[in-house]
Amino acid sequence: MTGTDIGVLAERAHRVRERVLEMGAGENGAHLGGSLSAADLLTVLYGAVLRVRPDRPDWPDRDWFVLSKGHASAALYAVLAEHGFIPSEECADYAKPGSRLAGHPLRRVEGVEFPTGSLGHGLSLAAGAALAARRLGRPSRAFALLGDGELQEGSVWEAAMGAAHHGLDNLVAVVDRNGWQISGTTEECLSLEPLADRWRAFGWAVREVDGHDLSALLATFTALPDTGGRPTVVLARTVKGRGVPMLEDRKKSHYVQLTPKLHVRALAGLRNRRERDQ
Amino acid sequence: MTELTIAQEATADEELAWEERYAGPSRDICRRALLDLARTDPRIMCVDSDVGGLENLFADLPEQYVNVGIAEANLMGMAAGMAAAGLVPFVHTLSGFAATRACEQVKVDVAGNNLPVRIVVSHGGLSAGHYGPTHHAADDLGIMRLMPNLTVLVPADAVEAEQALLASAGHPGPVFLRLGRSRTPLVHRQPCDFRIGRALTLADGDDVTLVATGPYPVLMALRAAEALAAEGISARVLNMHTIKPLDEEAVLRAAAETRGIVTVEDHLVVGGLGGAVCEVVAARGGCPVRRIGVPDRFTDRVGGELDLLEHAGVTPERIADEARLLAGTAS
Repeated sequence: MTGTDIGVLAERAHRVRERVLEMGAGENGAHLGGSLSAADLLTVLYGAVLRVRPDRPDWPDRDWFVLSKGHASAALYAVLAEHGFIPSEECADYAKPGSRLAGHPLRRVEGVEFPTGSLGHGLSLAAGAALAARRLGRPSRAFALLGDGELQEGSVWEAAMGAAHHGLDNLVAVVDRNGWQISGTTEECLSLEPLADRWRAFGWAVREVDGHDLSALLATFTALPDTGGRPTVVLARTVKGRGVPMLEDRKKSHYVQLTPKLHVRALAGLRNRRERDQ
Repeated sequence: MTELTIAQEATADEELAWEERYAGPSRDICRRALLDLARTDPRIMCVDSDVGGLENLFADLPEQYVNVGIAEANLMGMAAGMAAAGLVPFVHTLSGFAATRACEQVKVDVAGNNLPVRIVVSHGGLSAGHYGPTHHAADDLGIMRLMPNLTVLVPADAVEAEQALLASAGHPGPVFLRLGRSRTPLVHRQPCDFRIGRALTLADGDDVTLVATGPYPVLMALRAAEALAAEGISARVLNMHTIKPLDEEAVLRAAAETRGIVTVEDHLVVGGLGGAVCEVVAARGGCPVRRIGVPDRFTDRVGGELDLLEHAGVTPERIADEARLLAGTAS
């Protein structure tokens, strides 16, 4: 994207949220909280950062993106639809029998590099792709979007240690730091702070950013990769359920099935909030 | 039990050269083969998890060697990422750590995606010996057999191990190559016709069939067949070096042409070779099957590989006993 227009990204992020709510209104519901907190991150990544080609998802020089927090699949599908990887209408099939759009993403969906959902896998996969790109002399970078609760998995830190040791400066971890996991706040369940210090201690370059400030995200991501021979982690401060007042920053928003009535209310809340923010 | 060897017609010079070529443990032979392969194919990567020795071996090919440290989950995940992006990773760890510690990464990242990762493991079965049960892997074949897309190979000696490594390099999907820890006697005195998924018939026979996998089980089956032959019982010996995909045709032929099958493995009697053979025979019709392997318990005895196998009841004598029962000649 050249001359990225923040307004275009904002429009797109809004449509992504609308579509996420539609998926949450299906009979199986969806992980709304974590999909909405990641919506701006995904919108900026796909809209202005990742070098990917919807017409050729397996383009060898592409950037790799791994949704390590696979439960935010609704947001990923919405973004993939925005960019033409999958037909927009397909989002209506979310979680339905026979659909490709599972609650956690499958590799047979164009644009999905790896199936994810069991937490703690994505950073290793991205690190492997980053190492391969370096070995094969390709310009590819690898991005992994992790949940903050996910950081409680030990394998994340195996990958973090390994990526730093091998100087994978074409690797970027993005942490959707919305502060919540299923049974409460991360700090109640298994505390992560001081999170930036922990990543620094593992040898990573750390960037902290408001995960809903599109301009700030754009500035942060376009300044990557770090040139110090280190992988970079972007700690994005986000709000669970962001954009829908009745879901924002609430434990209950983790997994929601919206009744038709609640769906209407959620959409109205989304639009009102957007008008207020504009 | 005394050292197991195969009766042979030795022609001095050839025999000596062959012995020298395959003098080391299977894992050393595989490492040598991998190094040779890596020199001809720059996509090949030796991925180490601090197993020891690989760092020196690949000193001349630093670009094709990466050590991820003692971190098996990351080992498998990174290898899957590397394979997806166009490299051909050969990952190295111990069998137990691949099968159970990194089980989910093997399942989801490697096997689930059908990526060309080659998982080369040592210390399979009870070959870790006195290291103890944390390092034993008497469950590895059962676990790996449950992984979709995964080819599971168990060479019987260094000759087959080399062949298996070479065959795995060109194989389209993921491969689990299970090796032992120490040197074991050679089964093959000349090049063998190793083909993935095709059992090797080491002895012909039509009274009973002994189906074995793994170095000592194959050697023991051969020794049992010799003892049986002396009693006039003709035992077919199949070396089932591929656990998945199983050579069902060879099993069914044995079921049709002989009176029974004895399976022999350095693995639990459930889930591995015995389990696989029983599934085929039960589903497709056939003959009685007797399973010889490690009983359903944690092996906490201190001892070498052969000592542990003997105490588990994996011995040539027991194989012969079971075969006699099947042949109907037991007294």
